[in-house]
Amino acid sequence: MSDEKGSFGVSGTGDTSGYGGLVRTQVSPGSSERPFGSYFDEVADELERAYPEFNAGIERILVDRNELTLFVKRTHLIEVALMLRNSETLRFEMCMGVDGVHYPEEIGRELHAVYALLSLTHNRRIRLEVALPDGDPHLPSLVEVWGGINWHERECFDMFGIIFDGHPGLTRILMPDDWQGHPQRKDYPLGGIPIEYKGATTPPPSERRSYQ
Amino acid sequence: MTTFSDPYAESRETTEGRVYSVTGGDWDSLATEIGATKEERVIVNMGPQHPSTHGVLRIILELEGETVTEVRCGIGYLHTGIEKNTEYRSWTQGVTFVTRMDYLAPIFNETAYCLAVEKLLGITKDVPERASVIRVLMMELNRISSHMVALGTGALELGALTPMIFAFRDRELVLNLFEMISGLRMNMAYIRPGGVAVDIPSDAIPKIRETVDQLRKNFKDNEKLLIGNTIWMKRTQNIGYLDLAGCTTLGITGPVLRSTGLPWDLRKTQPYCGYENYDFDVITTDSADVYGRFLIRMQELEQSLRIVEQACDKLEKLEGEPVMVADKKIAWPSQLSVGVDGMGNSLAHIRDIMGESMESLIHHFKLVTEGFRVPAGQVYVAVESPRGETGVHLVSDGGTRPYRVHFRDSSFNNLQATSAMCEGSMIADVIGAIASIDPVMGGVDR
Repeated sequence: MSDEKGSFGVSGTGDTSGYGGLVRTQVSPGSSERPFGSYFDEVADELERAYPEFNAGIERILVDRNELTLFVKRTHLIEVALMLRNSETLRFEMCMGVDGVHYPEEIGRELHAVYALLSLTHNRRIRLEVALPDGDPHLPSLVEVWGGINWHERECFDMFGIIFDGHPGLTRILMPDDWQGHPQRKDYPLGGIPIEYKGATTPPPSERRSYQ
Repeated sequence: MTTFSDPYAESRETTEGRVYSVTGGDWDSLATEIGATKEERVIVNMGPQHPSTHGVLRIILELEGETVTEVRCGIGYLHTGIEKNTEYRSWTQGVTFVTRMDYLAPIFNETAYCLAVEKLLGITKDVPERASVIRVLMMELNRISSHMVALGTGALELGALTPMIFAFRDRELVLNLFEMISGLRMNMAYIRPGGVAVDIPSDAIPKIRETVDQLRKNFKDNEKLLIGNTIWMKRTQNIGYLDLAGCTTLGITGPVLRSTGLPWDLRKTQPYCGYENYDFDVITTDSADVYGRFLIRMQELEQSLRIVEQACDKLEKLEGEPVMVADKKIAWPSQLSVGVDGMGNSLAHIRDIMGESMESLIHHFKLVTEGFRVPAGQVYVAVESPRGETGVHLVSDGGTRPYRVHFRDSSFNNLQATSAMCEGSMIADVIGAIASIDPVMGGVDR
């Protein structure tokens, strides 16, 4: 995560608060050590037992706010997904979808795809996260594993430009077919026009002086 | 021989009877083209402005005669960029945006979002019990109003007008309760991170109880009209079939999943807002068809009424307790109240911060304009909305605004089942199948 400077989102003379020199370093949660607690140890142990390339495929494991996140390398994504779905002791039958998150500051890992899995059999939830470089945003499609992820992958492509290789029809889903750019990336402007109300003009939300 | 001239529907006598040719588009050339080939295959665009497609949904049908061989859905006509917009507002302002996603279930969007914010803040356990009970009360009332639209418009689309009249009559009663409690009938922004915006009015409980009794009587009208009705059953039984394997692979939740016989309801399996303290049944059928889903929605109305009654009992016991977390760094500072023109600031609070206490004014200003900070991290929180699992994936970078808000909307996901339900069926059954999914395009497109 990036460092934040000052109190407002402005530089130079705009900041009259006196907090212009403030620098806050944002620390995102790193990785967790065993024991993880709850059912997370069981899931991790079982996956490690069932999947011989566990150490190569799983970058790190994070337990934060009582949720388990497995950071998976994209080269191992399909195998991990199949293992999670098919193994009787894991049995994540349902994938609730995938969505993207754009971290422009993480050089080489700008785009993240986040999968939410649900096991009806064991009543458990876990999360898979895959990081991709912006220059090579390719990811294997999981439509063959969970059919319902089809539209979620299309939305993720539409909004973030992540290309899911092997998807049966990777086209835009929410934006028009001829749209340029991927709107939910951080470098894509929000847009909007100034609004005049009772003589005063308010700039669009992305251009207002704002707190960070 | 032309008998009369209508620019849109000309008709002429032929040896095989009267033939009508429709103009107004390029129907003439299309008809000629189809006539020239021996193929029966026609591709029809239904929607996005068709009255039976349940919203601005475009359905692309490939037909052989009246049999559907392929169905695809075209969505995105109602995309408003809500997820992107929330990244430019404070965490509290986000409620006002997400309530507009699935506009028939605004309370569920708000609750899911607020539960996620609270989980990120780590204050889930600090939310007062009275606030949780009010949330449950509002959610179950909202489930009734949403199911009313699902049943009413579903019946309307299959040609039954009267159930729609009854359903909207009953929905009106629920919306009146929403107006009394939150000041608004839809898109209330009533659930806030940390609790609810304002306590329910002192005379609300008797009115809710009165309405519950009235609704229980009114529901019988539609039950008598539809349950066991031969025409209704012929239009809905064995239509839109989707079994458990289909549901799991497509990630389908809600009434469609429960119509396969699996009692999966997040209120029971992964309780939130204290649902484990309420007595209610999870309704299932095993017919996996449109009729089964209709029956489930009908019976869920009664279960929701049961929960509403229990919530009223609890609220009477919790009279006078707070409805917002005690932490003044998070709780909305202004003391809101519902007036004749909706919810607004209470005048007593304005007088206090403007005339009495400079610190209160500064605190109010900081929290309203800047908002609170949320520690970095991500969470996924799901609630059982009328249409299935509404999941919220929230990412915070530690700032006063969300870094990423993603809604896993149940209608968006469930609409994928259209192909599996409809291919091979008659074109008239497509309408019934889609009505049984009950997609709300505001949620699908966000």
